[in-house]
Amino acid sequence: MRQNSLQQRLGLNTLRFFVLLVLLFLGIILWEVFSKGSGVINSGFLFDYPRKGMTLGGIFPTIMGTIFVTLVTTIFAIPMGIATAIYLSEYANDNGINRLIRASIRNLAGVPSIIYGLFGVAVFVQGMGLGSSVLSSGLTLGLLTLPYIITTTEEALKNVPHSYREGALALGATKWEAIWTNVLPSAVSGIVTGSILGLSRAAGETAPILFTGVAFYLRYLPGSVYDSFMAMPYHLYILSTQHHAIEEVRPLAYGTALVLLSLVFVLNIIAFIIRYRYRNFNKARI
Amino acid sequence: MKPKLAVRNLHLHYGTKEVLKGIDLDVPENNIVALIGPSGCGKSTLLRAMNRMHDLNPEAKVKGKILLDDDDIYAPGKDVVAVRRKIGMVFQKPNPFPKSIFDNIAYGLKIAGENNKQKLHAIVERTLRSSYLWEEVKDDLDKSALSLSGGQQQRLCIARAVAVEPEVLLMDEPCSALDPISTARIEELMLELKKQYTIVIVTHNMQQAQRVADLTAFMYFGEVIEFAPTRQLFDAPQMELTANYLSGNFG
Repeated sequence: MRQNSLQQRLGLNTLRFFVLLVLLFLGIILWEVFSKGSGVINSGFLFDYPRKGMTLGGIFPTIMGTIFVTLVTTIFAIPMGIATAIYLSEYANDNGINRLIRASIRNLAGVPSIIYGLFGVAVFVQGMGLGSSVLSSGLTLGLLTLPYIITTTEEALKNVPHSYREGALALGATKWEAIWTNVLPSAVSGIVTGSILGLSRAAGETAPILFTGVAFYLRYLPGSVYDSFMAMPYHLYILSTQHHAIEEVRPLAYGTALVLLSLVFVLNIIAFIIRYRYRNFNKARI
Repeated sequence: MKPKLAVRNLHLHYGTKEVLKGIDLDVPENNIVALIGPSGCGKSTLLRAMNRMHDLNPEAKVKGKILLDDDDIYAPGKDVVAVRRKIGMVFQKPNPFPKSIFDNIAYGLKIAGENNKQKLHAIVERTLRSSYLWEEVKDDLDKSALSLSGGQQQRLCIARAVAVEPEVLLMDEPCSALDPISTARIEELMLELKKQYTIVIVTHNMQQAQRVADLTAFMYFGEVIEFAPTRQLFDAPQMELTANYLSGNFG
């Protein structure tokens, strides 16, 4: 008995230790970025163009570029991803081909992002002649996000109780009506969460946009989806490794990192709020 | 008398397993017919065949006929949606949708194309009243249906099924997840509903069958062993198997 309770305590404390370790690393990263980056954040940093070989000024075009390209990704990846997930979850039979499709999609989620970048160059930039542009980058990021959106959406749909579908069908709904009016709304929080997390990952990627549309420095914002753009992750990469005066621009790099982190954070907050509001409405009385 | 719903030589296979072995059953109009029998005897399967719920399962193969007013619901080219609109279903576990109480009741009407707000309101009130739920929820119509208690949820599901005015109501052990008081209310409701509808109920509860059903069918291993007026079946079963089951020798 005594030995068992000792084991129990030991086990629990080991788990606690690892949780704290993870939190510690996370805390160090956040503290590092925040303490070193917050000093340069002001309205000029957010709304000015870089000046003097990026040693002065702000990161306005990189913020706009990242938002713009993420928007293209959203428009491309979310409808396609959700449609695919609906098909796989609701319509596809459980046969060999569909299992293969599912396995392929899961595996695509593990493909390194640089591979997507190379694929984007080959297919969008050159193959389809879209050039080095917001569109090419957005589509490439979309491909990168698709497996993630499909998997999480399919998971969310699978979690909708079977009885919601049957209940709707028994009331004279067609299969599509049951999905559209009943299954999808019930899965919305899972779908939104998955999609936003997927997009926030895309917003922070460098490799896929590297060859497909991002530019080192531009004097103008992209005027259409066929223009090149600047983006925060790439800007951060430049400032921290490729710049001629790395030490001098280090605070700017940290500032950029902080803004990028904040953007991702805001996206996650939005996902959280949507989930929370949805759950609150349906909180069951116990 | 011509039956409202007639099952004719119905066979159902799950893969290679025969679950229903040639069922014949006549359900008269404005009656409650109870299906009883041990677990796995096929009573729920039969009930679900009556509004083609097995269509969802590619494994299930149905042979034979089910006639609703002499019209085979399994006839080739038959519109399944139209069938289900005429033959409603209440499930074993209350399954309100994660929508408001109002939207739950209005669901079937809305997908049938009814958008007139006043009309919807009138029907929602009427069906909630008819399922004795109105007084309890009239101030909370825009609250989530999931906030109701289990018994209220099941009455809501019955109201929801009744709102689209089906001709037949199928109930799959509607009280198995409920306490005795909620059960009593639902039985009361069923007796009220049979004035307008024809009801088929699957139940594990012998007392319930005796309380509500006009006719009872005893099923065993995919066959209807005995089908008779409830009193007769319980008091003087003709088949030995029925008698054994009713006296609790197996099941």
